[in-house]
Amino acid sequence: MIDLSNLFLVAGAALLVFIIFAMMRALLGPTVPDRAVALDIVNTLVIAAMILLSAGYKSIIYVDVAIVYAILSFIGTLYIAKYLEGGP
Amino acid sequence: MIEYLVYIFISIGLTFNCLGTIGLLRFPDVYTRLHAATKCTTFGSIFTSLAVIVYGFVLWYEGSTGYGILSLHSAVALVALVVTAATGAHALARGTHRHGIKPALAVVDKLEEERKVKE
Repeated sequence: MIDLSNLFLVAGAALLVFIIFAMMRALLGPTVPDRAVALDIVNTLVIAAMILLSAGYKSIIYVDVAIVYAILSFIGTLYIAKYLEGGP
Repeated sequence: MIEYLVYIFISIGLTFNCLGTIGLLRFPDVYTRLHAATKCTTFGSIFTSLAVIVYGFVLWYEGSTGYGILSLHSAVALVALVVTAATGAHALARGTHRHGIKPALAVVDKLEEERKVKE
């Protein structure tokens, strides 16, 4: 198999462009849940970009960071949802 | 020959991630934004991760050590991503409805009717 590192780096750069557009919704969003949705999407895209850049830079440690980041961003999203729901 | 599979997976993943971002920017309501963005982004991330898994597995099969670990850890990250994205979106939609924000263009709101019956 030929070396495909540049392909993964280009795909990771494209995902970073999408992250910038999602951050525009986080800045513009009229209500609080809009910003929370935008941050959730940014988290998902960051995990996908970390997996791609790990294959691009040939270092496996990025994937382990992505696993921990997935769990931590999930807990953060749950706390934001709990705050929006209100109550005890 | 199998690198065409990686090209196809990367293309599908980037297309669906782009569609999810466009839906996040263009839709009129928080529920429709959540719907478009979560579905498309999760599907696209599954396919970009599958491309990395196939790449690492083929390189491991051809004899370069270390890429098997890349493929295996990417599979674990993919499982974590799929489980947490769907659950987080569900919790966020429920919290938004309890917060008091109504769907903008909806005609029927079954959750609100059910809550009024309970009270």
